[in-house]
Amino acid sequence: MLTTISLTHYVVLSALLFGIGLFGVLVKRNAITVLLCIEIMLAAVMINLLAFNKFITPMDFTGQIFSIFVITVAAAEVGVGLAILIAIYRNQLTVNLDDLDWLKW
Amino acid sequence: MDMNLIYDILTAQAFFVIATVILLGALMVVFMPNIVHAVLFLAITFIAVAALFLLLDAPFLAAVMVFVYAGAVCIMIVFGVMLIQRRNMKLTNIFNNQLKVGGAVVALTVAVLAFFTATTWTLDVIPVTAVPEDTMSYLAELLLTKYFVAFEAAAILLTIALTGAIMIAKEVKANANNN
Repeated sequence: MLTTISLTHYVVLSALLFGIGLFGVLVKRNAITVLLCIEIMLAAVMINLLAFNKFITPMDFTGQIFSIFVITVAAAEVGVGLAILIAIYRNQLTVNLDDLDWLKW
Repeated sequence: MDMNLIYDILTAQAFFVIATVILLGALMVVFMPNIVHAVLFLAITFIAVAALFLLLDAPFLAAVMVFVYAGAVCIMIVFGVMLIQRRNMKLTNIFNNQLKVGGAVVALTVAVLAFFTATTWTLDVIPVTAVPEDTMSYLAELLLTKYFVAFEAAAILLTIALTGAIMIAKEVKANANNN
């Protein structure tokens, strides 16, 4: 069992990484850390995509193509997210997510 | 010893080392009290993920991972942190008071994932064929034929997102000057 790495190993690693990322998104106070943890979750998703690409559809490259699009969208998301955070910080002098609740009620 | 067996054992060792680095790095991102340290651990995590992509027969994506994530994204976030930093960086990455609820949600998610993984644990998926050595030529051809529309849409998305990011960051500055 320890000598061969199967699909399950990659799926378990991906699930654990996704769990860590989700935990960070839910419990961190700083908005930038939440961005970082979303990136961790996306990395977990990409490990999953590439593992299934290797074990299920090696000739179709579906997983690899989708990973390329995930990377593209993640890069765009970080750019826009950081710009929004900088704008919020200039207006409000905080990026504490507990203080950013003016849209809530 | 059989060459295949040696290859399998080396792959297994590499997998466990890389998986340990990935998980520890990700935990450090969550638990480091200083956000700059958290970003540095994020870069380590992404380099380890790139190494894992090499094990998964995706050398092009491993290179892109190092360029885009470990290079661009981490540097951009450090820039963002430096632009909005405060004098005391010691407590820039602390927990809010949703720790119990967040922990419960994560425990539930991981439990559901563990259940579904456990039901397929005995299923031994063996790849039909190996992934071709030269992944680049296949990827390039697919991107410019079958996935052409999505490729162009991604290009437009990147342009719009980055222009929008500049607009958002700049507009506030103009307002601040007027005030």
